[in-house]
Amino acid sequence: MKACVIVFPASNCDRDMQVALERSISKPVDMVWHRESDLTGYDLVVVPGGFSYGDYLRCGAMAARSPIMAAIKKHADRGGLLLGVCNGFQVLTEAEILPGVLMRNANLKFICKDVELTVERNDTAFTSGYATGQKITTPVADHDGNYFTDDETLKRIEGNGQVAFRYAENPNGSINSIAGVYNERGNVLGLMPHPERLVDSELGGTDGTPMFDALLNYSGKVGA
Amino acid sequence: MKATVHVTLKNGVLDPQGKAIEHTLSGLEFKGINEVRQGKFIELDINETDPAKAREQIDAMCRGLLANTVIENYEIEIIE
Repeated sequence: MKACVIVFPASNCDRDMQVALERSISKPVDMVWHRESDLTGYDLVVVPGGFSYGDYLRCGAMAARSPIMAAIKKHADRGGLLLGVCNGFQVLTEAEILPGVLMRNANLKFICKDVELTVERNDTAFTSGYATGQKITTPVADHDGNYFTDDETLKRIEGNGQVAFRYAENPNGSINSIAGVYNERGNVLGLMPHPERLVDSELGGTDGTPMFDALLNYSGKVGA
Repeated sequence: MKATVHVTLKNGVLDPQGKAIEHTLSGLEFKGINEVRQGKFIELDINETDPAKAREQIDAMCRGLLANTVIENYEIEIIE
């Protein structure tokens, strides 16, 4: 398993993500600056949380047009694993790699708290360490976590089983309480909560660890 | 050539900022407000003298960056 974390100006969860990944895969994880243009050889690419480009215009809008995005699309198209957390999720929707959009939270507040999520399915690269229907606790920390799609897209992603996680109690107005979605092929996941912040019992819990351990176990199956 | 772009949320898309503005205006005792919707206004100055070509270019900019057409509409006005 060879993994990297993409770094944009004002990414701020990139190093947490690197630590979380390195704990699970026991190998150094590269940090890749957004001006780079090649991701050949990586099995897993992670777009981390933060406030890339100060959320100017729309959250994730500028980062989604960075030079690295062509390589990220190529990586996803060849079946490589791609994970976007928080701002990373926003970037992947803006880049149209994942469906929908993240809008301002319905109550207009920046929400920073632990939330309970339901794991919708455990037959993907990202969730095989959980049970389907399992409740896990992870922190959310965002101003724009309100997931939205048009009716047609919503029907499609629900029908395809593309919903990865749902909030047990909807904190932000997300449609159908959606906290994370897959692409149609299932090799790309975006979610607003931060699993990388829960990989150490000293820091509040380890509900994020099974996701990173699962990615390690999946390494042999990544498409070429 | 100068142009402006208005980016607005599509009908039916929740606009909590518009709602908050509406509530605050009502709190200031402005009466009879049916709805407030908030959008964005962008001014552009581009090196193009043909209005049709300018519009075409700006349309591509809107689709490529300035608007997210999942939730937003945009309207282009060529000024001069």
